[in-house]
Amino acid sequence: MKKNRLFMRTSILTVLAASVILTVYANLTKGERPQLKVGDVAPDFILTDLNGNKHRLSDYEGQGVLVNFWATYCKYCEKEMSLLEKQYQDQKDQGVQILAVNIGETDLVINRFLEKHELTFPVLNDRKQEVVDAFGVNPLPVTFLINKHGFIAGIHTGEITDEKMAAEMIEKIKP
Amino acid sequence: MERIKCGCGHVNPHGTLLCEACGRSLTGTGAPELLDMRYEGSARRSQTYNKTFIDKVWNFFSSVKVGIWLIVITLIASGIGTIFPQKMYIPQFVPASEFYEQKYGWPGKLYYILGFHELYSQWWYMILIALIGVSLVVCSLDRAVPLFRALKAQRVDRHESFMKGQRIFGITKGENFDEAVKAVKRNLKKKRYRIREENHAILAEKGRFSRWGPYVNHIGLIIFLFGAMLRFFPGMYVDEVIDIKEGERKEIPGTDGEYYLENKQFILEVYDEKENEAFSEALKKTGDVAKNYQTDVVLYKRKGERVPGAEAGLIKEKEYSIQVNNPLKFDQYAIYQMDFKTVLSAMNFVLVEKETNEPLGEINISLDNPKMRYNLGNGYTVEILKYYPDFDLDDEGLPVTLSRDPNNPAFVFEMYTPDKPEGEISLVAIQQTVEPVGENKYKMQFAGIETKTVSILALRKDLTLWIFALGGLIFLIGLSLGSYWNHRRIWIQQRGPDIWLAAHTNKNWYGLKRELQTVLAGTGINEPEDRNEKKGK
Repeated sequence: MKKNRLFMRTSILTVLAASVILTVYANLTKGERPQLKVGDVAPDFILTDLNGNKHRLSDYEGQGVLVNFWATYCKYCEKEMSLLEKQYQDQKDQGVQILAVNIGETDLVINRFLEKHELTFPVLNDRKQEVVDAFGVNPLPVTFLINKHGFIAGIHTGEITDEKMAAEMIEKIKP
Repeated sequence: MERIKCGCGHVNPHGTLLCEACGRSLTGTGAPELLDMRYEGSARRSQTYNKTFIDKVWNFFSSVKVGIWLIVITLIASGIGTIFPQKMYIPQFVPASEFYEQKYGWPGKLYYILGFHELYSQWWYMILIALIGVSLVVCSLDRAVPLFRALKAQRVDRHESFMKGQRIFGITKGENFDEAVKAVKRNLKKKRYRIREENHAILAEKGRFSRWGPYVNHIGLIIFLFGAMLRFFPGMYVDEVIDIKEGERKEIPGTDGEYYLENKQFILEVYDEKENEAFSEALKKTGDVAKNYQTDVVLYKRKGERVPGAEAGLIKEKEYSIQVNNPLKFDQYAIYQMDFKTVLSAMNFVLVEKETNEPLGEINISLDNPKMRYNLGNGYTVEILKYYPDFDLDDEGLPVTLSRDPNNPAFVFEMYTPDKPEGEISLVAIQQTVEPVGENKYKMQFAGIETKTVSILALRKDLTLWIFALGGLIFLIGLSLGSYWNHRRIWIQQRGPDIWLAAHTNKNWYGLKRELQTVLAGTGINEPEDRNEKKGK
């Protein structure tokens, strides 16, 4: 009878503990937004650039892709554009693509910005903010480094401050 | 396991205070004046086993004191959680990690670090609630089982000391009470007592089930907690807000991109003075009173794979008019009308020659998709050099936009006219015009706005609701069992020539005494006295 009781108690406490742990775990893993980590597969997307060309991330398989999320009113974004442009010019033939994704401002605003900063890499506009959501972008700027297999090799939140930093990013995803 | 054998022959579990069968005190100190009848003096399951780790854990949770402390701690934590706003109510564009410290200083920082800003999803808060649940289960089991045993094992003829230890007790001296006892039994039956008899002793009992009230109540609470627990599991509970502008079509959040919603139009109707003559005075006083908030929507289901940014293939599912309390239901979801707001959608400007005030042409600028150049004919052209949807000045006094939402639009226009072919520049914001490079001949004069309504809808999916309803129902049943019924027992013993009478109830002693009065009236048996009353309590 005593053994029986110990068994009962153990099983009741086990069931209770299990449900507590499960609940806490379920809560912790319940993502309000998917938080991407290094090593995850980058979410695919299709966006149109300001010249009207469609870009699909998965079409760049075999190349490294630097995806930079930006807005015209974000000062750090503006500053790092020239660094990205320089890298783009240097690395163009080495299999690294740069895609700058605007978070859905009006084309007018983006075009005026591009008149001021001559950028030769594709500038995409995420009008419906679906890509922003898929990548869990917040705050700006944020740069995702995607390797030739489509996995995330690095995430940099905040400004790219100098040339060396930009070059290291590109180096990371060179195929 | 050690057990105690009572003088009456009944074997009790270790730790029993009053013999389960005859009610004799087993504590060895002799019968106190009044017996403590809580849980029938039965041994709480936990009290005597303290050997294994499991038993120790069990004992910890079986303590009501521990349970109360857990509730108090949870209350305090919840209280602290109301000092500063929760994360969902702070401005969206400031990260929570900075907001609390900036606004409230170091207490705010501490508040954030300890996680009070998102109290309900903190692991420690959830564990507190869960521990209360564990305490509920263990406390209940630990008391309900022995109580059930003791009530089942109780014998009719209780021991002398048990009778004397009851709060309501009396002896009537005399002879031959056979007739009187018969009369009492009849009366008790009329009062729906169940009567058991043994060796000149009677036990009349009713409403025993009311003793299960608190435990039924706890079962309801546990089911309730279980429902709350289920909400944390994916797919069980969804609660999202959808802001959707008239004419807009977008993915419904929370459905994994499976459904899309289109807002065809938003309708706000108000009560008409003329139609409701009786209320016309009141309506004049208060102004418009809303009669209907409605969003006409089209629901689409996605076809094919989902690629963010791409135009999804959609199949039209249904058209519906969502009104307050009349949600659009589909799959397990419901979309409710919650709120609406009006946003700027377009602005009109007229090109005017300042001196003559002559209008030279009007333009209409869509704030979501403004054009670069507007041709007014006759050689007049206006170009938008800059567009600031959310206009402000930065630290250096330069114009900037704070966001991409047209909250406070401003434009830098370049006006090309036949007599100023090189162009004139002016910055036009709401209620202000700046001419940065000298006095202009022409100006862009504000000529009105166009607005659109954004419907604010709520998406809900809740597969746990019936569990809450069930838990609540059981909770209430338990509450009524314990509140509206009492467990009453009356013991009558013929000891020699005398009649001994004792009575006990778990609550409402007054009612029991009233009942005894009626039952004993005219039988010659004295009403027993309430010994608490006698002591002046």
